[in-house]
Amino acid sequence: MSVAIGRYVCQVDDVPLGEGRAITLDGRRIAVFRAAGGWFALDAICPHRGGPLADGIVCDSAVICPLHERRFDLATGSGLTTDDAVVAHAVELQGERVFITLAAEQRAAA
Amino acid sequence: MSHGVVIVGGGIAGQAVCEALRERDADVAITLICGERSAPYDRVRLSEILVSGEDPQTLQLRPPEWYEDNGVELLVGRTVTWVDAERGALGLDDVDELAFDRLVLATGSQPLMPPIPGIDLAGVHPFRDPADCDAIRVAAAQGGVRRAAVIGGGLLGLEAARGIAAQGCAVTVVHLLDRLMERQLDAGASALLAPALLGLDIDVEFERSTQQIIGPERAHGLRFSDGSELLADLVVVSIGIRPETELARTMGVVCDRGIIVDDAMCTSLPNVLAVGECAQHRGVVYGLVAPIHDQARVAAATLTTQRAPVGGPTDGAPGALYLGSVPSAKLKVAGIDLVCAGDAAGDLEAVVSDAATGVYRKLTVRDGRVVGTVLLGDTRGSEALVAAVRAGDPVDNPLQALADASLAGPADLPDTAQICDCNGVCKGDLVAAVSEGGCATPREVMAVTRAGTGCGSCRPAVKEIVAAATGGLSDEPTYLCPCRKQTREQLAAEIRDAGMQSVSEVAATCGTGRDCGTCKPALAYLVSEVCANQHREERDARFINDRVHANIQRDGTFSVVPRMYGGVTTPDELRRIADVADKYEVPMVKVTGGQRLDLLGVRKQDLPAIWRDLGMPSGHAYAKAVRTVKTCVGTDFCRFGLGDAVGLGIEMEKLWEGLHTPHKVKSGVSGCPRNCAEATVKDIGCVAVEGGWQVRAGGAAGGNVREADILATVETRAEALRIATTFLQYYRENADYKERTYDFIPRIGLETVREIVLGEDSGAALRERLRIAKAATADPWLERDDPYHPRQFEDLDAPEPVLAGPPAGGER
Ligand code: SRM
Ligand SMILES: Cc1cc2nc3c(=O)[nH]c(=O)nc-3n(C[C@H](O)[C@H](O)[C@H](O)COP(=O)(O)OP(=O)(O)OC[C@H]3O[C@@H](n4cnc5c(N)ncnc54)[C@H](O)[C@@H]3O)c2cc1C
Ligand code: SF4
Ligand code: FES
Repeated sequence: MSVAIGRYVCQVDDVPLGEGRAITLDGRRIAVFRAAGGWFALDAICPHRGGPLADGIVCDSAVICPLHERRFDLATGSGLTTDDAVVAHAVELQGERVFITLAAEQRAAA
Repeated sequence: MSHGVVIVGGGIAGQAVCEALRERDADVAITLICGERSAPYDRVRLSEILVSGEDPQTLQLRPPEWYEDNGVELLVGRTVTWVDAERGALGLDDVDELAFDRLVLATGSQPLMPPIPGIDLAGVHPFRDPADCDAIRVAAAQGGVRRAAVIGGGLLGLEAARGIAAQGCAVTVVHLLDRLMERQLDAGASALLAPALLGLDIDVEFERSTQQIIGPERAHGLRFSDGSELLADLVVVSIGIRPETELARTMGVVCDRGIIVDDAMCTSLPNVLAVGECAQHRGVVYGLVAPIHDQARVAAATLTTQRAPVGGPTDGAPGALYLGSVPSAKLKVAGIDLVCAGDAAGDLEAVVSDAATGVYRKLTVRDGRVVGTVLLGDTRGSEALVAAVRAGDPVDNPLQALADASLAGPADLPDTAQICDCNGVCKGDLVAAVSEGGCATPREVMAVTRAGTGCGSCRPAVKEIVAAATGGLSDEPTYLCPCRKQTREQLAAEIRDAGMQSVSEVAATCGTGRDCGTCKPALAYLVSEVCANQHREERDARFINDRVHANIQRDGTFSVVPRMYGGVTTPDELRRIADVADKYEVPMVKVTGGQRLDLLGVRKQDLPAIWRDLGMPSGHAYAKAVRTVKTCVGTDFCRFGLGDAVGLGIEMEKLWEGLHTPHKVKSGVSGCPRNCAEATVKDIGCVAVEGGWQVRAGGAAGGNVREADILATVETRAEALRIATTFLQYYRENADYKERTYDFIPRIGLETVREIVLGEDSGAALRERLRIAKAATADPWLERDDPYHPRQFEDLDAPEPVLAGPPAGGER
């Protein structure tokens, strides 16, 4: 059950299709992706050496870190090339507006 | 009536005994009692979870069905409160009583908490179980914590610090001694470890004896014995473990630091064994997983062969004795490669060390046998070296052995070499899973053998061994799209035939560029090349460098390299560069190896304004494109000059500027064979010689060094320019993505290249296509005024995000 406690982060048009952009929420850097298959949000810092995941190449189901090309599943954050993983957060659209619920908030609400 | 075996403690040790015992005896009744509120889980991977925040549920060693399938009675969240070993009965936290024939104590250990004032304050945590992990992570991620302190610079402390730093929280490791991980490392390796940690934003303070944790309500800092203080709102204590012996002592089992066991893993009571971190064998308590598996196998042998409880040294099958383990450890901190085993000191030591690169490799020898190894920064050959330490292999020349190991891959290892320390899996087991078990992929092999399912650090080795065993590394053509196995030629033909103009069209038609995404930049180049730059640009298919026209740096900032044709600049340009550097507080201005200036450490959002202020075109230093044309002063000033190197160089750079290429193209023009512009080691180079110009291609002096081949020697500068240009287009049309000219020419063959490039018709056609492609290029830095997307260079932080609760009508 999703509880709508999402926070507004941007308008749909603020992120070009197929790209990502970062935002800080609760002191935490979050990468928001507008992939062909929908919107996703992950922790923005690559666990390998801190690469900015929002700058990565986005494909249908994953993002590729721009520094050393580790890949992370957009939906779950799990590493596809290594065991590293990032946290995935929930994204909801309300018309043209994009909202994010951090994983921690989701757990708290559950 | 038989009551079977009861195992007290469901940690890695309890589970390992359970599995080893079941493997030897399908029938014996087994009960596993877990004091914690979950079935056995992989404690080692808590370090990983601290970083990722993943659900600890994923750490379960076995799914619930396993216990049912294997006839193991699992009691979760129950504590054994008393044991009457003589009677074969024990009591659980409630009234239940349980009978047993044999008992295995696998009660593990507790984190050591020093009895100092403030240790009980809120905000002070050990790092041992999922609850600790969660508490530390939440505190570190929340932002309320200004700084965290980790007391203890051992393996676990450093992993905790890394987990905290990964949440973006400042962290300091305070260590009692003057060097880190002193149990495993020598001074040399420790000295390199601290700077490496600093690189991960982990501070280290040495020789700090914590006397008090400052309160009053919750932790606010540490006070050290020298009176100094450190601010810390989160304190993680990681100074060691205390074997859990309480139950054993009340049962009358002899204990020292841990529960004393013999070589059969038997305690002082005939029907009681002990395994894992609670056990003390020949004076040693191991705080590691690998020994647990060795011990569990012996315990299972003892339980099955020694039918009648006799106690004392086993009369079981030979080989079923535990003789101790060689401790080995890997630091599970992303970005720091560290493996060590055995003794860090010996009577003979071979060390290879390079402080500049943070590499330290050491092999220690005693009485002619390998007794230890420390590998930091470069862990190549660690499996072979650790195997040599375990086996105590004889060695004549340890320095040579170190060097050899770095060349040997896992595939060269003996079958007995242990690859997965967490689950005790040897290379032979992996190979057997392929040859006898019918596994075809690393994933299947890992599922069957459980290798790589612990800390995961052995996965690359597992993959390599499986690839060798399955013959998976056979020669394949170079696929532009490895997923759909399509080559550049196939795709180029389809693009041409169907008149496709964008990556997304190719994706839709050919299925490439979708799920895996690796091929997107290659497709983007291919589409632009086939369409002579009249394609439909889709930025999402480009690497970040090509989306913002600057080169991404290790810290996520960018570098700006404006074009300086032929390496020639003017006082006015230099003044503008200086002004920009001042105005935007550029951290470094550097003269590059390509004869121009680099502004490094620029923020993405500053890029458009910097380009505007510079008023210079892009140097394409970030792209697979024509880079610099280095020149020497040639006839302009040099007393040896035979040709106008500066003139030709500038002409080349202006003619080629803005053209993208399969890989970067670096050029040079030298005014005489002294070759001051290094033109003979460039992708394309011209060298003035007596009576004309030599035109060369396919050179490099980077990771590969190759002297460029001579395409032709011609009389005039115009001819030289024409041939060089023709070659450029030939390379643009025919090379595989990421294939430099030094690989391209040998692949095609110099004769073929010459034939086509120098051929009159073929050459003219190539030049015509280059002219068309060039006509459609523009300086990408002009996007400062006309960006691809209004917010191309911005993140979402500006303007400040609005906090909006449930949006109107959004209550679902
Ligand atoms: C800035 C510069 C070093 C410097 O401070 O002088 C440099 C910096 C980088 N080089 Fe280089 N190379 C620089 C001159 C060279 C040279 C010398 C030259 O061009 O005359 C070489 C040897 C010549 C050659 O390439 O054959 C050189 C061989 C490499 C290589 C190895 C290529 C190879 O195939 O062997 C790489 C890696 C690659 O391309 O994959 C590389 C890659 C890089 C990258 C782009 C790594 C990266 O992907 O981030 C570095 C970018 C740092 C940055 O953002 O500023 N750089 N690099 C030089 C820029 C020249 C310029 O003005 O454009
Ligand atoms: C974060 C972290 C990272 C680590 N990384 C590594 C590593 O990289 N490599 C490595 O080799 N080692 C590592 N270790 C050490 C390794 O995890 C331990 O050596 C191992 O888990 C010990 O297993 P054990 O089963 O002996 O003890 P434990 O895991 O402590 O299990 C004992 C269990 O017994 C239960 N118990 C105790 N008394 C009773 C009772 N009376 N009744 C019922 N149940 C009881 C306890 O609740 C506990 O669940 C790491 C440890 C931590 C904490
Ligand atoms: S040699 Fe080139 S690639 Fe290597 S660190 Fe220096 S600039 Fe980077
Ligand atoms: S920083 Fe992401 S892969 Fe290296």
